[in-house]
Amino acid sequence: MSLFSDIAVVWSKYGTQILSGIGNTVLISIIGTLIGLVIGLFNGVIRTMPTAKNPLARGAMKIVNWIINAYVEVFRGTPMMVQAMIIYWGYAYMNGGDSLPLIPAGIAIVSINTGAYITEIVRGGIISIDRGQFEGAMSIGMTHFSTMIHIIIPQVMRNILPSVSNEFVVNIKDTSVLNVIGVTELYFYAASAAKNSYKIFASYLIACAIYFCLTFTVTRILRFIEKKIEGKANYTVFGSQSDSTAEIHLNKEETANV
Amino acid sequence: MSESVIEIKHLKKTFGENIVLKDIDFSISKGETVSVIGSSGSGKSTMLRCVNLLETPTGGEILFHGKNIQTELDISEYRAKVGMVFQSFNLFDNLNVLGNCMIGQTSVLGRDKKTAEAKAMEYLDKVGMTPYINAKPRQLSGGQKQRVAIARALAMDPEVILFDEPTSALDPEMVGEVLTVMKRLSESGMTMIVVTHEMAFARDVSDRVIFMNDGYICEQGTPEDVFGAPKREETKSFLSRFLNQ
Repeated sequence: MSLFSDIAVVWSKYGTQILSGIGNTVLISIIGTLIGLVIGLFNGVIRTMPTAKNPLARGAMKIVNWIINAYVEVFRGTPMMVQAMIIYWGYAYMNGGDSLPLIPAGIAIVSINTGAYITEIVRGGIISIDRGQFEGAMSIGMTHFSTMIHIIIPQVMRNILPSVSNEFVVNIKDTSVLNVIGVTELYFYAASAAKNSYKIFASYLIACAIYFCLTFTVTRILRFIEKKIEGKANYTVFGSQSDSTAEIHLNKEETANV
Repeated sequence: MSESVIEIKHLKKTFGENIVLKDIDFSISKGETVSVIGSSGSGKSTMLRCVNLLETPTGGEILFHGKNIQTELDISEYRAKVGMVFQSFNLFDNLNVLGNCMIGQTSVLGRDKKTAEAKAMEYLDKVGMTPYINAKPRQLSGGQKQRVAIARALAMDPEVILFDEPTSALDPEMVGEVLTVMKRLSESGMTMIVVTHEMAFARDVSDRVIFMNDGYICEQGTPEDVFGAPKREETKSFLSRFLNQ
């Protein structure tokens, strides 16, 4: 029997089931990446806060920074598959056998794991922003928080988008490890098709093709978004070009008691 | 003599072992334009950055209308009243020209968008930048960026504006347009402290000239005195080096 007919057999029998796994794969990786991004941005803002004058606040900041560092090191330094097992079975162990609902558990694991990576990506993104951007904001009285929201984060987002896209693509592929706790995503169904049909090569080829279609589409979409964020290369000039010798008048009261 | 807006008393600043400001004392009155000149490394910029608390003074105090800016005033409110124009412009790269002049007004002064926009347009008009309100900073020339930066500072309705070598990063042909704006601003009664290497500006526009050398104020007086009849040897040698170029 040829490979093509193998593929046809698997596809006709298990195709719908495999396709249904796409939904969970995409859902978990999109939400996981987005929550991971939020975690990363939040950590980034906290970590770059200026040192407080109040010793109590300074101590609290040290502890928070330590926690963030520990979080990054632990979740970056262990495999997501192992994290999935520990979180899922750890929860069951502590709650007398009650287990977490699978999809939310999957989303939580991917979010926490991605958050650790994106925390570091955001840190790099904030460091790369010119010091002058912070000083410009400080000079007009903006607070750290509002500087971050209005000035720094928008620039950081543009700079880190390629890295975050990368994380997203990694997540689409790596949700496959969630099958160890039984999340019914793409790999889970491909594996079960392989087991039931005995056509192992054909089943995984189908899964492979679908994974590639997913990641390729996603990279194209993200590239498009990057271009959109970049903005227009040109701008509209309004009216006639007035010159710098235009008169300057300040408000009357400002000049009154000179 | 009218009331002094900013008073600097025994200001000191050290960076590790390096003592940049040794003992600085001076005050500026409302409506006055003071130029600060001196060779590189004399502490001019550091002094100015201390006034806006971009650098924390190591010693001494800075008073704004008689109140200590570090202990008696809210830093955000104070900075909103004391504008700053930088050598490297420091416009917000993610916002267009109009946005640059509005963000401080909306986020710090709590003005609504409409008021902020009207205010921004008013000052952009004064620096001749209204045609470019939709441009991003990277699309502008140096002189245009600096004019926007001045409008950004003005839009906050500050009482004082600090200029930190505003023309040093500009091509020679663009220096003029920025100095013209600053000259008009000075004539309109704005209180200004200008750290500059533009001797012509210091001589012709300012009410008072301060010559800094090695962390101290070496000499100060009217432009006529400092440029016409400098008393100190350091001032003479600095000026002769500068004016004989």
